[in-house]
Order: sequence, then C-alpha cells, then structure tokens
Amino acid sequence: MTAPRPQTATTIDLQQVVKRYGSHTALDSVDLTLAPGELVALLGPSGCGKTTALRCLAGLEDIQEGRILMDGVDVSATPIERRDIGIVFQAYSLFPHMTAAQNVGYGLRMRGVGRAERETRVAEGLELVGLAHLGERFAHELSGGQQQRVALARAIVTRPRLLLLDEPLSALDAKVRVSLRDEIRRIQQELGITTVFVTHDQEEALAVADRVAVMRAGRIEQIGSPEDLYRTPANPFVADFVGLSNRVAGIVDADGFAVRGERLPVLGAPALGAGVALVRPEHVRLAATGIAATVVTSAFLGSIRRTTVDLGDGTIVAVQHDASEVHEPGDAVHVAFTGAPVVVEPSVDHGEVAAA
Amino acid sequence: MSRRASDVAPAPWARWTILGVVGALFAIPIVAMVEFTLRTRDGITFDRWTALAEGLASGSRTYRMLGEGIAVSLGLSVVTAVLIVAILVPTMVLVRLRVPRLQRVLEMISILPISIPAIVLVVGLAPVYASIARVVGSSAWPLALAYAVVALPFAYRAIQAELRLVDVGTLTEAGRSLGAGFTRTLVEIVVPNIRRGILTACILTVAIVLGEYTIAALLNRIVLQTALVQIQQADAYASVIVSLVALAFAFVLLLVIAIAGGGQPRATQPKAPKTKKDPRA
Repeated sequence: MTAPRPQTATTIDLQQVVKRYGSHTALDSVDLTLAPGELVALLGPSGCGKTTALRCLAGLEDIQEGRILMDGVDVSATPIERRDIGIVFQAYSLFPHMTAAQNVGYGLRMRGVGRAERETRVAEGLELVGLAHLGERFAHELSGGQQQRVALARAIVTRPRLLLLDEPLSALDAKVRVSLRDEIRRIQQELGITTVFVTHDQEEALAVADRVAVMRAGRIEQIGSPEDLYRTPANPFVADFVGLSNRVAGIVDADGFAVRGERLPVLGAPALGAGVALVRPEHVRLAATGIAATVVTSAFLGSIRRTTVDLGDGTIVAVQHDASEVHEPGDAVHVAFTGAPVVVEPSVDHGEVAAA
Repeated sequence: MSRRASDVAPAPWARWTILGVVGALFAIPIVAMVEFTLRTRDGITFDRWTALAEGLASGSRTYRMLGEGIAVSLGLSVVTAVLIVAILVPTMVLVRLRVPRLQRVLEMISILPISIPAIVLVVGLAPVYASIARVVGSSAWPLALAYAVVALPFAYRAIQAELRLVDVGTLTEAGRSLGAGFTRTLVEIVVPNIRRGILTACILTVAIVLGEYTIAALLNRIVLQTALVQIQQADAYASVIVSLVALAFAFVLLLVIAIAGGGQPRATQPKAPKTKKDPRA
C-alpha cells in the first residue's frame, strides 16, 4: 500500500451559517467545527439540511449569513473551483468520455501537475482504492462500487484540504456498501484528510465517523462521538434517530422516570409530568419477575435474539437478550428495565399516560 | 440489435421488398437526373460534367454566379453551424443548470421558426436586412443570422436529445470541484459527452443552409439555390449536375452522422464519445 503522504490537515469552521431557499430555511445558523483530519458525519432524515450543509461547504451553494472558514480563512465567497476540495457524489459522476485513469488525473491536470508526476500519482490513487488494474476502463465498464472507488481516488488524488462525501454509498448494494464504507474510513485515516460524510444511514455514520452531527430542520440537534450519541442522546429525536428505541409512557418526577412500578434515571432535565421514555432494546431484559408481558415476535439475529412483547396495554417493547433463550409468540413472560438512563419526551397525549 | 429485436423483425423476403420499394423511390429520380446529364444524341458522355467543371474552374461568365453561389453557401453553412452551436450549447447548459424552469420557454422559442413560414420570416427580416445592408453592404454573410433562426428547431432538438442522457448537473459540479472553471468544464466535460448531438446539429444546419431558397431569393442574395435557379435558364444541365453533387454531399454528411453515432466506446478508443445507452442505437 502507498505510504501516507505528509499532509497538514485543515481545520474547518462553520459559524452561524444560514441558507434559505425563498421562505424555506435549509440551514438555520449552523455552527460546526472540524478538527484537522477529523471525519464528521452529518446524519439526519431527508430534508434536514445535511446535503445543503455539504453543498455550502463545497461552494456549490451561496450562504446568506455566517461564515465558512478553512484554517481560519473565510472562504464563504470563494468559488468551488478555488476551494481545493474533493467531492464524491451520490450519483455516479465519472466523466463518461474519459478512462478511470484520465478521470483520476483530471484534477491534477487542472492544477498544472506535469505529465510524469501526474501518471505516478494517478497510479498511486488507483492503487489506494484497489483498482490499479482498471485504469484504462471507462465508467460504463465498471461496476457501481468500482465507479465510486474511482470517484474517491479522483477526489483525494489532488490532496484536497477538505473531502466531502455526499451519500457516496447509497446507490450501492448492501455488501459493497459495507466494504467500501470501511475502505473510505481506512483511506481517510491513512491520508489524514479532514472529511465531511453526509448520510441518512445511522449505522453508516456510527461506523465511520469520529463524530456524528445529527441534524433536523436545518439545525444540528447534537454532535458527539458515536458512543455519546447512543448512550447519552441530547433529546428524544436523537435517541429515536440513532439506534433502536422503545417508547414507554410514564411520569417524570423529581427522582426520575416512574414507569410501571420501576424508576429509571433520566438524561437531561425533562419537564415534570407525563412523558414518553425512549428505552434501548438492550436496556430491557427478560426476567423471572417484573412487568407481565406477552411475546409478539422473536427474531434470531446471530449472537442475540430480539423479542418484541406486548406489555398488556398495546405498548410494544423490543427486548434484546441472549440467543439461547427462545420464546414463542403468545408466551407469557416478564420483563424488567436494566436501569440505564433514558431520554424522556413530554407526552402529547395525557389521557394515555393517565390510563397507564 | 439484440436477439429479442430480431424476433419481431419482418421475414427476410419482406425486409428486402421494403428496402427495394423504398430504395427505388429514392433511386429512380436520381438515376433519371444522372441519365439526363449524361445522355446525348451520340450516346453516353461525361462532356457536360467536364464542361461544367472547366467552366467553374476558369470562372467563365455563365458559371461565375454558380461558382459564387456554391462558395457562399458552403461558407454560410459553416458560419451558421458555428454560430448556432456557440449560442445554443452554453445557453442550453446554463438554462438547465441555473434556471431549469425556463427550459420549457426555451423549448417553445426553439419551435417558433418551424411554425412561422419562411415568407413571413422574411417580411420581418427585410427591414432588418435593409439596415444591415446600409452598414456592411449587400453581401450574403448576414444571412447566417437568418439561417441560424431557421435551423434553430432542428439544432435544438439534436442537442437536447443528447443533453438529456447526461447528468449535466453532477458532471459540472464534479468538474468544478476538481478545479476547472465553468468554461473549461463546459468545453472539456459537457461538450465531449454531447458531441454526437452537436455533430448532428451541425450537419442538419449545413443541410438546411445548402437547401434554403426562399429567404435568399426574397432578400436578393446569391447563394447555391438562387444561383441554380438563375443558371437553369441558361444551362439546364449544369443546374441538375450541381443538384446531384449537392445531394451526394448531403448523403455523405448523413453517413458521417450514422458512423459517428454507431460506434460504442471501447477501452482501446481513448476518445469514445458516450457511455449511456442510446435508445436510438
């Protein structure tokens, strides 16, 4: 493999960035700082502004307010071709009339790199993505995964200050997606390029990113390491979007969250009164005593088994447990909470909680 | 062609019959024209062809106008093709990228020249050309502007058909992210991928310019077609011979389109034009 190039990675700073389309605010004063060499994933449902954020970073969209800094220099008004960035797009974006090698060499040609050096670096770039042998192929002669690899090589071969990945894996099938995802991470770490990875797939974000920024409606809801987001979500939206969560109704009081005779510690400071807690499946266990429940389904997931149970009033809860414990639908079981802290959202329907 | 296509194709005898009938339809007038120029009382001779060639070469008075008409028409066809491509391609790409909702307006504008008869067009153009003539004289070159209007619908369609097959948005963004400015992206990334459309547009434009009579005649300009009509009175044979040559020229151009479009890109051809499957291929 190619030795990592000495590279001084870039700091990226978004300050109070606002982007509007007419009356719609796509980015609502977004603040985001990327440390040199860091990979930050922008995660969120479609329309949350993650792609807009990436396009503003790229210079493909103008911003109305705020600043974008690269190493402290304001680039908000710099056109894309002078920002020195590399982008891998969601859609296949190889130039159809050029070979893979010509595609990879294009950015170098634009930067006036001489022919001999260009050829060496193109070869290195293709080798880095494992396609050294396919340099003479055209895009239509490559599979989707190979095309995205070439696109990645094309984006990084110029040693850009910032690498932007706009859902680069979403057009690929599951198996290729996972292997390319890991490869992107390996290459990014090897080169130490500051990188923004946009995705709607939480598994993808958690797997590759140093930090994940969860976005909703043009704002960053929470940014933190994958572990932080999973263990201590800042709010119910994040808890719901990152990982699986059960929704269980109860009452918030001064001591925590009271639910069916048990008391769970809460994250943050939710409003007192009726609320719905988001409980991870691994924070619910099958127990000898506890809350009576009826098994609805049970799925074997390899080392573990996920059983959904009905708590008797229509509340469906997924329980994650050892695969050796098997229950059939209709079985009467008991479940208990492990006591892990939960996020609580205020209940909209008070009647439901009163009944519970 | 795929195997499935051959399942629904007509039987060989039917195919040959169709080809024969259509071929005859085209061939009979052409053969008749050729025969007309070759036949004399003494049998077949190429005398009239050589006489015309000599006449054109020596610039004798009878053929001077014809020679001028040919030269002007050829020149005009090149100028018009360049003009139309230089205006249309950047406009269409920019409209598609920046103001996509104007695409329908552009499309409607591009159809207008077809729905307006040439004679009506001339009524509108005549005053404009009168003032042009006062400035640059009554040369035929400004006709390129009028011809660009006439050829617009065809050129637009040809380019649009190719442009549709290309993800121009992503390709330009990719090009620009790699450091190419807009013009460079247009020339190096977009144009090569719609090359066939541009070529088709050029050839259609050339064919239209070479065949155009009404506008040139009404504006009193000497081009191939007006010269042919003039010379017909003096030398009927010459006009038929030149028509034949023009026809052959157009045929060669069509052949060029077919060849340019037929080849699929290969790994060994570094300048293969396209990747996406062409529904017409």
